[in-house]
Amino acid sequence: MTSSVVIVGASLAASRCAAALRRGGHDGAITVINAEAHLPYDRPPLSKQFLSGEWDADRLPLLKPEQLTEFEIDWRMQTTATALDVDTRTVTLDDGSTVQGDHVVIATGAAPRRLPGTEGIAGVHLLRTLDDSTGLREELAARPNASVVVVGAGFIGAEVAATAATAGHRVTIVEAAAVPMERGLGAEMGAFCGSLHADHGVDLRLSTGVTGVRAGADGRIAAVELSDGTELVADVLVVGIGVVPSTAWLDGSGLTLDDGVVCNAHCEAAPGIHAAGDVARWPNERFGEVMRVEHWDNAVEQGIHVAKRILGEATEPFAPIPWFWSDQYEHKIQLAGRPKAGDLVEIVTGSMEERRFAAIYGDGERLTGVFGLNRPRHVMQYRRKLAEGVSWADALHFAEEARSGS
Amino acid sequence: MAFKVVVNFDLCESNAICMDVAPELFEVRDDDFLYVLQDTPADDLREKAEAAADRCPKQAITLEDLASQQ
Ligand SMILES: Cc1cc2nc3c(=O)[nH]c(=O)nc-3n(C[C@H](O)[C@H](O)[C@H](O)COP(=O)(O)OP(=O)(O)OC[C@H]3O[C@@H](n4cnc5c(N)ncnc54)[C@H](O)[C@@H]3O)c2cc1C
Ligand code: SF4
Repeated sequence: MTSSVVIVGASLAASRCAAALRRGGHDGAITVINAEAHLPYDRPPLSKQFLSGEWDADRLPLLKPEQLTEFEIDWRMQTTATALDVDTRTVTLDDGSTVQGDHVVIATGAAPRRLPGTEGIAGVHLLRTLDDSTGLREELAARPNASVVVVGAGFIGAEVAATAATAGHRVTIVEAAAVPMERGLGAEMGAFCGSLHADHGVDLRLSTGVTGVRAGADGRIAAVELSDGTELVADVLVVGIGVVPSTAWLDGSGLTLDDGVVCNAHCEAAPGIHAAGDVARWPNERFGEVMRVEHWDNAVEQGIHVAKRILGEATEPFAPIPWFWSDQYEHKIQLAGRPKAGDLVEIVTGSMEERRFAAIYGDGERLTGVFGLNRPRHVMQYRRKLAEGVSWADALHFAEEARSGS
Repeated sequence: MAFKVVVNFDLCESNAICMDVAPELFEVRDDDFLYVLQDTPADDLREKAEAAADRCPKQAITLEDLASQQ
């Protein structure tokens, strides 16, 4: 097949899409528009092994040197797409040039939200890119035993807190919600994950907002003012209050934008234009829900799915079971499925006290999710049950049998 | 081209994603360890092995071509 493909964004979804295209026999041109100065690298270590200093940047590339050669990709480095003409599938770049493709893949991901009032203050960090992580890593290394304030107890905030606390810093997490990560994990498991911080001496302030920040005479962050009237000393401030899909460059393109690029069940936004990864919103028919998923595995699967669509291979709608992991302290947290607030939660193996367990979620009728703390195998077991679409009763029965059988 | 499946067990965390993708090649057993069922699989499993390597969140799986060594 000799059609041409333009991929906008050069991260996980883009790399896996390009690799799957080449492996599937696509021999036309592949052009990748990369806003960053680095070839595609993996983000999860940026809040974990890379941030802690355990790994260096040479561990992060998503494509191996031989793949870079073999795939013959036309990389447009440090180049930002500024517009898309949907009818002709022409992408305008910030240098004024244009690239036209038979197919366009939108893989521009998401970018972190800023905390208002922190612009221009040194020592305030967002965490999304390798450069972000390098900056934070250097600052933490240069300030042993620093007072680190993390705003947001979501996954990024929790991981940064864990990494910083493990390195000996004094860490406080400030979270506006009463329960961390309630939307993704439900109240019970969200509260449980929050409780892991106390095990490691990290101070988690729930139901607390940031009302202001104060810089010192040197222009560096000095303190954070909280909604309960207290003030926290801060040598370093890390903001982890969520991300916004990177779609500003598509304003006015005619594509439907609504917290992401809105696609059909095949991840198609318009004829010949697909979206994949953190930027894509599509109806996942398995769950009967229009979703946008900010997980590593989704970017991989969706990137590959889009490649198969371009190759003419994928005829089924894209209907994965969302799955993610988060490593905090010595714990491996995983969740598969799409539990909803108010779902039943049942621990099926281990216990919270021993910090090793798996719990399943159900809406009374069907199994809706599985949460694991240091129980990867069980999570995958129930992920398969989710794929089978088992009932809640059958899931409980399976758990019962597994318990008595072992 | 003949190939070999290599898992870096220092990176692998036994989350069994690879087993989901290629159960012919990977199995996480009750002891929570990953076992590679065939380390030099037949060529027709290459695509599945590559898909498993792509999906491994710890980038623990690599495929080595054996042709040059034979
Ligand atoms: C610190 C950190 C830790 C994480 N840890 C985990 C984890 O443990 N588990 C998990 O499941 N997930 C984790 N994730 C989430 C996971 O990394 C993301 O889901 C994944 O990176 C999404 O990939 P993507 O290709 O969709 O987009 P992104 O990785 O966001 O990449 C998009 C790229 O597009 C570029 N871009 C944007 N706009 C333009 C434009 N107009 N022109 C050109 N280029 C553009 C951006 O610069 C960026 O390089 C983590 C994320 C971060 C930041
Ligand atoms: S997918 Fe990777 S980390 Fe998971 S079990 Fe397989 S090799 Fe190990």
